[in-house]
Amino acid sequence: MYTLKLETAAKARVVADDMILTKGVATAAGSKMLQGFESLFSSEALTRLENAGYGLCGKSRVGEFALDLMGETAFDGALVVDGVLKNGAAEVLSAKEADVALCLDVNGSCRRAAAQSGLISIKPTYGTVSRYGTVPVACSGETVSLMADSVEAVKKALAVVVGHDDKDGTSQSEALCDSVLKNDGTVKRVAVLKNMLVSIDADVKANIESAIEDLKKNGIEVEEIEGGNIAAAKVAWNILMCAEMCNNVSRYDGVKYGHRAQEFSNLDELYMNSRTEGFGSFLKTAIIFGSETLSTDNYMKVYDKALRTRRIIVDEFNKLFGEFDAVLMPAVSKSAYTVKDIENDKFMAFNENFYTAPASISGLPAVVSGGVQLVGKAFSENKLLTVAKLLAKEGK
Amino acid sequence: MNYETVIGLEVHVELATNSKIFCSCSAHSFGTDPNEHVCPACCGMPGMLPVVNKRVVDFGMKAGMMLNCDINRVTTFDKKSYYYPDLPAAYQTTQWFAPVAVNGLVEIETSKGKKGVRIKQIHMEEDAGKLVHDIREDTTHVDFNRTSVPLIEIVSQPDLSSAEEVEAYLERLKTLLRYAKVAECEMAHGTMRCDVNLSVRPEGSDKLGVRAEMKNMNSIEAIKRAIEYETARHIDAIENGTEVLRQETRRWDDIKGKSYAMRTKETAGDYRYFPDPNVMPVVIDDEWFDSVKDSLPEFPEVKREKYISLGLSEYDATRLADSIAIAECFEDAFKVCNNAKEAANWVISDVTRVLNAKGMTYEQLTLSGKALGELINLVLDSKVSRANAKKILDALFEDESLDPVKYAEENDLVMSNDTGLVDKVIAEVIASDPKAVADFKGGKEKAIMALFGKCMKQLKGNVDPQTLRTMLIEAINKL
Ligand SMILES: [Zn+2]
Repeated sequence: MYTLKLETAAKARVVADDMILTKGVATAAGSKMLQGFESLFSSEALTRLENAGYGLCGKSRVGEFALDLMGETAFDGALVVDGVLKNGAAEVLSAKEADVALCLDVNGSCRRAAAQSGLISIKPTYGTVSRYGTVPVACSGETVSLMADSVEAVKKALAVVVGHDDKDGTSQSEALCDSVLKNDGTVKRVAVLKNMLVSIDADVKANIESAIEDLKKNGIEVEEIEGGNIAAAKVAWNILMCAEMCNNVSRYDGVKYGHRAQEFSNLDELYMNSRTEGFGSFLKTAIIFGSETLSTDNYMKVYDKALRTRRIIVDEFNKLFGEFDAVLMPAVSKSAYTVKDIENDKFMAFNENFYTAPASISGLPAVVSGGVQLVGKAFSENKLLTVAKLLAKEGK
Repeated sequence: MNYETVIGLEVHVELATNSKIFCSCSAHSFGTDPNEHVCPACCGMPGMLPVVNKRVVDFGMKAGMMLNCDINRVTTFDKKSYYYPDLPAAYQTTQWFAPVAVNGLVEIETSKGKKGVRIKQIHMEEDAGKLVHDIREDTTHVDFNRTSVPLIEIVSQPDLSSAEEVEAYLERLKTLLRYAKVAECEMAHGTMRCDVNLSVRPEGSDKLGVRAEMKNMNSIEAIKRAIEYETARHIDAIENGTEVLRQETRRWDDIKGKSYAMRTKETAGDYRYFPDPNVMPVVIDDEWFDSVKDSLPEFPEVKREKYISLGLSEYDATRLADSIAIAECFEDAFKVCNNAKEAANWVISDVTRVLNAKGMTYEQLTLSGKALGELINLVLDSKVSRANAKKILDALFEDESLDPVKYAEENDLVMSNDTGLVDKVIAEVIASDPKAVADFKGGKEKAIMALFGKCMKQLKGNVDPQTLRTMLIEAINKL
C-alpha cells in the first residue's frame, strides 16, 4: 500500500498519495522516471494539514502519474489482493492506519477507490485547494482530493486544505474559498442522469437504487432525466488530459533529474533512451495520443473541439443546478476490478473514466459515498457532504 | 532588371523588470555567476506553478502603446513545446492565441524620407537559459539564470526594404522602448536580439520571393552586412541560377561575412501550441489600461518641438530628444537654471564628454539633472569658473548624491570676489617673470599666456578668466 511508511506521533494521521510532493521524502508518481526523486518543497495542502496538527504517516502507491484505473501501471507493479486491484491510499485507510488520505485526482482513481472500498471521498471545486506541490499531469482539471472512512473526517480535513494560495495562479479568491465551508448545505432535489447509468453491473445498480431510496426517505426529491452532452465528457477529457500530460512529462528528459539512461552517444539519444527506459507502455501510448492531438494538423479538429465540449458540459451542468442541488451518477461500472479485466483491456482507464470525467473536465465538486457519486454546483461542497452523510454506510 | 529586398523583423527585447516572468527570482542575468538566480519554478521542477508578474504585463502594454498597437484586453499565455537542455520544462510559455498587442505602426526616417513600418504583434514570453560548452572537459553545462526572464517579441510586417531602413527601425524601437523605460535594448548585452526574414523580388512585383530567415543577430552592423550579403546572394541566384533558393533558416557568420544554411531535421517544426491551463487569461480592465496609458512618456517628437520652442537649434533639440536619459537630464537641469541654451550646452558637450571618457552610454547616465542645474547656476552667477565647474561635474559623476554648492565650498572652488587678492597675485607673478613681461610688451602676444597660467594656478582657478586677463594686461601696461 505504501511507497514509504513513516512514523508519526500526531493524533490525526494523513497518508499522502505519491502524486503529492513531500520535502525530504521521495515522490516517484508511480514512475521509474522519478524513482528516488526528492522535491525541494512540500505540497501546500499537506503543509496546511501538518500545520493543523496532522502527521504524515506515509506515502501511498499510485499508478504512473495517476492516469490509470487502479494503480496497475505503477513501475513496481500493481497492488493486488485476491486477484483484485487495490488503491494504496484506500487500503491504508481501510487498515485504519490513517485518518485521512490526500490524493491528486487526475483521472478519477481516488473516486473509483472510494466507491469500491466503501469510503468517502471529495474532489473539491477546482481552484479551492492549492495544487502547489503536486506532480502536474492534467492541470486544467486535476484536483487535490480527500478520502476517509467517515464524512466527518473528510469535512475536518477539507476545512484545513481549502483556501486561496498566491503560489497557484488558478487559485480562487479567499472569499470564494471561504464560501465552500459556509454555503448552505440544504438539499431538496437531486437529478439522476439516465445516460450516465449505462454499462453498470448489478452491484453498482443496486448502490444507485439504494441511494435513490435513501434520498427519498429523507424527503429529497429525486428525478431521472436525460443527461445530454455530459456523457461526452470522457472523450473530451481523454484528449485534454493526455495532451496536458504529454506536455507536463516532457520535462522528464534525463538532463536535470530523474532517470537518466546509461547508454547514449548524443543529446537525442540521451532524451530517447532515458524516456524509453523511464516511462511505462501505458503512459507512452497516452503521450503519443496527447502529442497527436496537439499537432498543427489536429489542434483545431481535435484539441479545440475538446475545449469547446468542456464549455458545453459546464453550461449543461449549470443549467441543471438551476433546478437541482446535485446530480447523482455512478463512479465506477463494477464493484471491483480484477487483474483479468486489465489483461483483457489494458486501456480500461480511458473507458471507465466515463463516470469520473464529467466532474474532472468541468472542475465541479464531486463526492463519493455509499458507492455512488454526486456532482454539485461550484462551491456547493456542503450540499454534497449533506448527501454523503445520508448515503454513508456509517449513517445507516 | 531591378530588384527590391523585402524584410520583416522579429525583435526580441528583454524587459527590464526586477523579477522573472513567473517566479520571484531576479531577472538581471547579465554578469552573474551561473545558476545564481534560479528556483524550482524556473528550473522546471514538478509542483511549481507559474504566477504572472504583473509588471511584465504593464511593460508589454507600454511597449504596445509606444508602437501604436491595439491592446488585447484579454491576453492569454500558451505553451510552446520543444526539447533543448536550456529549456528546463521542455516548453516555453509564450503568447500564441491572444498576444498583448497587435496592429501597430512605427514611423522611421531615412535618407529617402519618412516611412511607416507596420507591427503585426507584440507578444510576451519567457527566455530560455544558456548552454556553456567546456572544451577542456568536453562537456556542456546549463545556466538557468536567463530562464524565465521576461521578453517581448516584436513582429513587424515585411515592410522594410534596405539595411538603412532596418537600422532606422531598430534605432527607433530602441528609442521608444527606452523612452517607456521598459527595456535596456542593448544588443551587446543580449537584451535586444533580432531575427531577419528576407526575400528578394523584381521591383514592382506583388509576389514575395523565397524567404531566408537569419536568427539571433546581435549587432546592427552585422545585420546590415548580412542584409547586403543575402540580397546579393538572392539576386545572383535569380539572375544567374547559381543556386536554388529554399525557404530556410540561415546562420550569419560575421567574421567570414557569409551566411550558411542551418541543418534542419525532418521532424522539426511542430511546437504543439496550446493554452497554458495554469495561467488564467489576463483581463486588462479600464482602470489598468488607463493607468498604463497615463504613465506613458512624451514622444521624442513632442520633446523635440518643445526644446525648439525654448530657443534651441533643431540639431541640439534632436540630440537631446534622441535619448530619454539625456532628455530628462536636460529638462531637470533646465528646471533649476532656467537657461535652456546653457543646460543644452552642458548636456550635449560636457556630459557627453564625461560619458565618452568613461565608456558609458547615454542610457547609463545616472547624473542628477537637478544637480547639473545647480552647477550651471554657480557658473551663471559667477560663483564658480567654467574650468572648475567641469571638475565639479566629474565629481558629480562619481557621487550622484553630491551637492554642487557644498562641494565647491568644501574644495575651495568658489571664485574669489576679492580683487585685492587678484591684484596681489598678479603683482607677484609679474615680478617673478620679467622676461615674459618684456616679451609681451615687445609685441609677443602669446607671452601673456604663461603669466595668465601662473596667476590662474595660484588662484586655484577661482577667478573669471576674462576678468583675470583684463586685469593682468592692465597691470602690465601700467608698468
Ligand atoms: Zn525562479
